[in-house]
Amino acid sequence: MLSRQANNLYWMSRQIERAENTARLLDVTYQMSLLPYRVTDASQSWAEPWALPLIINGLASEYYASNPGPLTSEKVLRYMVLDSNNPSSIYSLMRSARENARTMRGIMTTEMYQDLNSMWLELRGLGEKALDYGGLNEFFEWVKVQSHQFRGVTFGTMLRDEAYQFIRLGTFMERSDNTVRLLDVKYHTLLPSVSEVGGAVDYYQWSALLRSVSALSSYRRIYRDVITPRRVAELLILRSDLPRSLHACMNSIYEILSELCKRESMEPERLAGELHAQLHYGRVEQIMETGLHEYLMNFLEKLDSLNTELNNHFLNPVYAPETAAPTSKTRATA
Amino acid sequence: MRGADGGIRAHYRAHDAWLQDKPGDFLQQKQREANALYTRLGITFAVYGDQSGTERSIPFDIIPRIIPPDAWKIISDGACQRVRALNAFLHDVYHDQEILKAGIVPEAQILNHPAYRPEMRGVDVPGKVYVHITGVDIVQTGEGQFYVLEDNLRTPSGVSYMLENRKMMMRLFPELFSRMAVAPVDHYTDVLLDNLHAVSPSTSSQPTVVVLTPGAYNSAYFEHAFLAQQMGVELVEGQDLFVANDVVYMRTTEGPQRVDVIYRRIDDDYLDPLAFRPDSALGVPGIFAAYCKGNVTLANAIGTGVADDKSIYLYVPQMIEYYLNEKPIISNVPTYRLGNPDECAHVLDHLSELVVKEVQGSGGYGMLVGPTSTKEQLAEFRKRIEQNPANYIAQPTLALSTCPTFSDSGIQPRHVDLRPYVLSGREVTLVPGGLTRVALREGSLVVNSSQGGGTKDTWVLESL
Repeated sequence: MLSRQANNLYWMSRQIERAENTARLLDVTYQMSLLPYRVTDASQSWAEPWALPLIINGLASEYYASNPGPLTSEKVLRYMVLDSNNPSSIYSLMRSARENARTMRGIMTTEMYQDLNSMWLELRGLGEKALDYGGLNEFFEWVKVQSHQFRGVTFGTMLRDEAYQFIRLGTFMERSDNTVRLLDVKYHTLLPSVSEVGGAVDYYQWSALLRSVSALSSYRRIYRDVITPRRVAELLILRSDLPRSLHACMNSIYEILSELCKRESMEPERLAGELHAQLHYGRVEQIMETGLHEYLMNFLEKLDSLNTELNNHFLNPVYAPETAAPTSKTRATA
Repeated sequence: MRGADGGIRAHYRAHDAWLQDKPGDFLQQKQREANALYTRLGITFAVYGDQSGTERSIPFDIIPRIIPPDAWKIISDGACQRVRALNAFLHDVYHDQEILKAGIVPEAQILNHPAYRPEMRGVDVPGKVYVHITGVDIVQTGEGQFYVLEDNLRTPSGVSYMLENRKMMMRLFPELFSRMAVAPVDHYTDVLLDNLHAVSPSTSSQPTVVVLTPGAYNSAYFEHAFLAQQMGVELVEGQDLFVANDVVYMRTTEGPQRVDVIYRRIDDDYLDPLAFRPDSALGVPGIFAAYCKGNVTLANAIGTGVADDKSIYLYVPQMIEYYLNEKPIISNVPTYRLGNPDECAHVLDHLSELVVKEVQGSGGYGMLVGPTSTKEQLAEFRKRIEQNPANYIAQPTLALSTCPTFSDSGIQPRHVDLRPYVLSGREVTLVPGGLTRVALREGSLVVNSSQGGGTKDTWVLESL
């Protein structure tokens, strides 16, 4: 298929997945903000729950540039949900996903486009109402349902061709990126050292993190014990049976790339294989010894290299002396 | 719908009888359903110059325009005849120019025409086919009386509406189709693809065909995507193609892939920045050289615009006689050339009775409909004509036929035209149907979607 089309489909599904993850994160943040827990020390404002969505998405400086003054829930919500100038707001993500889909109608099924088109029309119709506090929960639920529904209609109607693979690839690349960032920010900002584990606040924060990836009840079923960071790390990094874990994502990514690269062995497949092996044969003790943060940063770096290789080989190949796709440490956007 | 005696015409009788036993708000409800479906399906077009939104659904009317078999035969034969003559004309003006030497069409008018491409002189195109897709705009003025308004030979659009409107009607009124023998149109894209295969320069049994679009912001983008999807071929933009050693390739996830036939929906000017407009970012550098070498086929060919403006339109009846040795089956609308001082004087005297059009205008822009214009509009247009008379032609306002149309005040007559799509390649054919455009405003004669027009499904009856 055309590289441009693969690129649009890949980003379309990343955008949907990111919208879902953003909604999950904001939902959990909202729940956490209702807890009787407040940061009193101004120098610790990064631990204020409403700062988390910004830190996780690497948007803190952009946010402060356009929202001077103290951080409030209303402002963060507006910025992350409705701000059309923020390319990572749910509004912008859904708009871009639908725009990408609009140019790809020839490749998707009618149902898939209808689904994204209705989603966009509904969001646009919702406007400010999306942020009505009472309906906030309902709104985040709606976003998640949109994403579930799109994956469902894709799974249920689309030809199992290359286009399908690039759509799936986008979903899992975005999902693993999100899980890494989520885990890291909790560890980094809320738990400076493993010894400080314990207490009600920790409990709520870890359980919130698990809930944000729909993993709290899975945790209980698997461990039947209190929540510890080590187990959370194990669950979200190494367990292949949890659909949002890094291992589960890399299983899918590796499988897709083996399929896409079957004509010749290529760098993307090798990189994905390396990452996959690291998770498949990794142990949680090792991770904790290295340091969770170091481990995650290293993983994110490799994920970035993989994204670059996907560009070079599939999404943005360069045959003539043209400008290569820029790569950077910041979160990738289309 | 009604004949001169006030009775329902034969070809509308079945539809009318069916409608009689429906409840009062039946049509209203169906119209709402249709509107909602079109919005949800995202069948849209962009309106240029409209800042408020880039997309809009084209208004769709749920009453079909019904054409009886004998009338269709005239339309079909007449449109195909024109396309055969126009193909012969294009081949001629880019080769021996016999029609110019014979003095039938003035040489200067062709050779100095902005759409004439001297670069195409002597270039042989496969099967001598220049216009693979033609939209012939036809109006009816009375029983069996048709006129051609214009021939669209560059990148005629609207065929997706012909196909989508039919799908919509079958969804809304399935039982009507079992009562009436409506000729199907769905095979249009199969015929199109077969014709495009037939003009491939490659001998491969599966030549690679693509649809080339200017991109998602083009007003007809929906249609480009629709056609590519229906034919099962790639929809490409200029940036997806590149030329190496005079061969066109597309960038794919599996490396470069050779392209044989391009159904392009980009104007000549923007096709190749090396050959035509150097500032074009839509085109493909080097594609014209590949074309001249015969390594790729473009549909329609480069330079067809010379035969589709309103000053050349005048000569199509002569072309039919010259190349085909036949009498035109459908006439032209009588047309005044304002470049001719006598005719110009006559037109300026009768401005309020005539329709004046820019020779190269399209889409209903740059035209004056005398009878419905204000004094100020008439005076303003008069000034524009006087500045450059040769840029205009004028035609009488025809007593355009009307067609029953659903409006706020029930079923009302509204003026319509018809654009059937003629395909050439293997042979010259058209599918039984076309795009019926309807002027939704009462009394209006302008059917363009950009000017408040809508569309209807067009039913050609196989039998009465």
